[in-house]
Amino acid sequence: MNFAWPWQLRKAGVLSMNKRNIDYISRYNPRKFYKRVDDKLTTKQLALANHIAVPDLIGVIRAQHEISQLPKMVQGRTGFVIKPSKGSGGKGIMVITHVENGRFFKPSGTEVSPAEMDRHISNTLSGLFSLGGKADVAIVEGLIEFDPVFDGYSYEGVPDIRLIVFKGFPVMGMLRLSTSASDGKANLHQGAVGVGVDLGTGKGLHAVQFNKPIEFHPDTGLKLTNIQVPHWDTLLHTAASAYEMCELGYLGTDMVLDQSKGPLMLELNARPGLAIQIANGRGILPMLQHVESLRGKPMSVEERVAYAKAHFSSTTDH
Amino acid sequence: MQSRKPFYILVALLFILGLGSSIYRGIEHNVPFLPGKQVQSWAVDAKVSFIGTGEPAEVSFSLPQDPAFEILSENASSPGYGLSVTKIDGNRRAIWSTRQAVGQQDLYYKLTLVPSGQDKLIASKTPNTPELYIWPATEKTAAEQVINEAWSRSANNLTFARQLMQTLSARDRSQNVELLLSSNNPTRLFVNMLHDKGIPAHEVNGLYLEDLRRRQQLVPLAEVYDDGQWYLFDVVNGKAGRPDSVLLWERDGNSVLDVVGGYKSQVTFSMLKDTRSALATSIDMMKNQEGALDFSLYQLPLEEQSLFKGILLIPVGVLMVVFLRVIIGIKTSGTFMPVLIALAFIQTTLLTGLVGFLLIVAFGLMIRSYLSKLNLLLISRISAVIIVVIGIIGLFTVLSYKFGLSEGLTITFFPMIILAWTIERMSILWEEEGAKEVVVQGGGSLLVATLAYLAMSATWVQHWVFNFLGIHLVILAMVLVMGQYTGYKLMELKRFKPLAGE
Repeated sequence: MNFAWPWQLRKAGVLSMNKRNIDYISRYNPRKFYKRVDDKLTTKQLALANHIAVPDLIGVIRAQHEISQLPKMVQGRTGFVIKPSKGSGGKGIMVITHVENGRFFKPSGTEVSPAEMDRHISNTLSGLFSLGGKADVAIVEGLIEFDPVFDGYSYEGVPDIRLIVFKGFPVMGMLRLSTSASDGKANLHQGAVGVGVDLGTGKGLHAVQFNKPIEFHPDTGLKLTNIQVPHWDTLLHTAASAYEMCELGYLGTDMVLDQSKGPLMLELNARPGLAIQIANGRGILPMLQHVESLRGKPMSVEERVAYAKAHFSSTTDH
Repeated sequence: MQSRKPFYILVALLFILGLGSSIYRGIEHNVPFLPGKQVQSWAVDAKVSFIGTGEPAEVSFSLPQDPAFEILSENASSPGYGLSVTKIDGNRRAIWSTRQAVGQQDLYYKLTLVPSGQDKLIASKTPNTPELYIWPATEKTAAEQVINEAWSRSANNLTFARQLMQTLSARDRSQNVELLLSSNNPTRLFVNMLHDKGIPAHEVNGLYLEDLRRRQQLVPLAEVYDDGQWYLFDVVNGKAGRPDSVLLWERDGNSVLDVVGGYKSQVTFSMLKDTRSALATSIDMMKNQEGALDFSLYQLPLEEQSLFKGILLIPVGVLMVVFLRVIIGIKTSGTFMPVLIALAFIQTTLLTGLVGFLLIVAFGLMIRSYLSKLNLLLISRISAVIIVVIGIIGLFTVLSYKFGLSEGLTITFFPMIILAWTIERMSILWEEEGAKEVVVQGGGSLLVATLAYLAMSATWVQHWVFNFLGIHLVILAMVLVMGQYTGYKLMELKRFKPLAGE
């Protein structure tokens, strides 16, 4: 049979979409703080103010007539990323990895014509990618030189690390690796590989693609559970400190590893998806309830990271 | 976290209020629970005729008040006469009056009746014990013998009456009975005999309703009291109990017709059976009742009523969407777009609607793919898509008219903005996530729209949402309850299957 029984999922501690919306997002995420994460430009400015490392900000395009200034803006750079400030789900992100004589190339090697680039930015400004179609701005960011430790684990894209942070405690993590099936994108529903990561050590635990457990990367054949995410403590620390920055109780943090700068925060998400449970092969609910049951004195970021490492590692039992 | 108790009380209240008011409406106002129900109605014409003497004339005619029938409409036609309907001792009478009545006079009174289903004659108060009837000396012995014989074979008032009636209407009657009947009419005799034993009884006038009958007369019947109810006896035909087709015209022992200033007065009846919609009947009935329609949609002009019939379907569609998204977990593009598409389907019918929708969207996508090459601003692009959609609709309408496909003409019912926005979103989806996602999301939307359409087009649903407004409170309660559902969606049971363990 293709369906699980509800009590089996409840026993496994699987969080459902409805419960996430009612019991976590609407209860722990005050509406007034949403703009801190829904607008990536604001997030970036907040992060800088809180000494959290983020990718370089090359410039911001706010109006249609500024589009023509893009070539000047990215002059001298080998690559850059254009993203909508209010986009969601990775929509509208255009990555240019190669600039040659004013010609732009995507990671796949296909050229982006100036007309296409103009249209993309124009669409972005019109709010095509933003929630509710609100007018938006386009952020031009520096390209991330991603850490070669993931070489062979990701295909044509930047692997990113998603951590769910609940009331400041990192509770579950996963690594998202793009594949040829996902067209270089890191969205699991588009075919990216999700690798559940042990919270205590940063080691790969379990991997899935299209909701099915897999052992090897479909394009490179490397064993996925052998992955060890470097800078794990820094990643946990960065994620945990995002709580102070945006004050959202139930938060998804997306980070990447830059070769020279180390972990960089890409974006925050007030409504992180539930695929992380599948990647980890277990439900997130026990951890959330564990944190809810802590009603002690406020803890510092360091204390929270240490507590999470001690209690939410897959090797420990709750 | 705040207490959930007030919320659940609110939901329960809404539910009970909605269901209660619907049931009240069904029972109290006879609004049928199922659509298309028919009831039979009777049109009865009473013709009062007399010969005027040239003097002022006054005609007093009793009007029926029978709990088994409700009066839907009544009117009188009597040129040259003043008419007033008065209530005397709880009985309605029509009084016609004129200064001068010469020669043959015909007065008409028409009414339309609907069976009310209330066929018991409940006595509003216990009648007094009747005065003893004094038999003439010649009849006394015979009457006593008949009465005592029946009395000995009976157990109570009713069985006594039945025994008496049998004796009086038997085919081979005893000499005693023949003697009594030779000078009395059977109903009067029957009543007198009951009075002899102190049982309340009286004569009433009834009319046997038969389709297409003319020149009918009232027939005398007897009512016998027992234990809070009156029971009907037709002594002439020897039938006890109340036939469906009898209309009691006069029940209180008053005269049916009194004419002052005329002679040879008589009243005859003709009648016609008719079937009509139960719903229309109950609405007409409510119109007769003072205040029953005050805050009702029925009093709106027909055009607004039909508009509301459409609007009131939206809660059903919305309920369907909430259920399919929250409980089942089907993805749709746009939250309530499926409801709007379903509303259009109601105008176009399902198959035509689906074909039309797919045709327009497919054509629109082709044109949109050209527009995307032009590098337009989003707003002007959407506007261009709207104009193009209007063009496509016009083209399809003209084409289907030329080919004689009248279904194609209904394509105009699709909301323009919905189509344009669908085309725009689908086109973006196509560019970003590929054709597969377009099929998945578009298919999901159409599936939800189809299911919402099926729910909204069911005739009994349309009947309920318009005639039982309380049902909307029930829908509201259900939507609120579903908004609290924290369990797994059906699709999540599939999605999270790998986590279920074995």
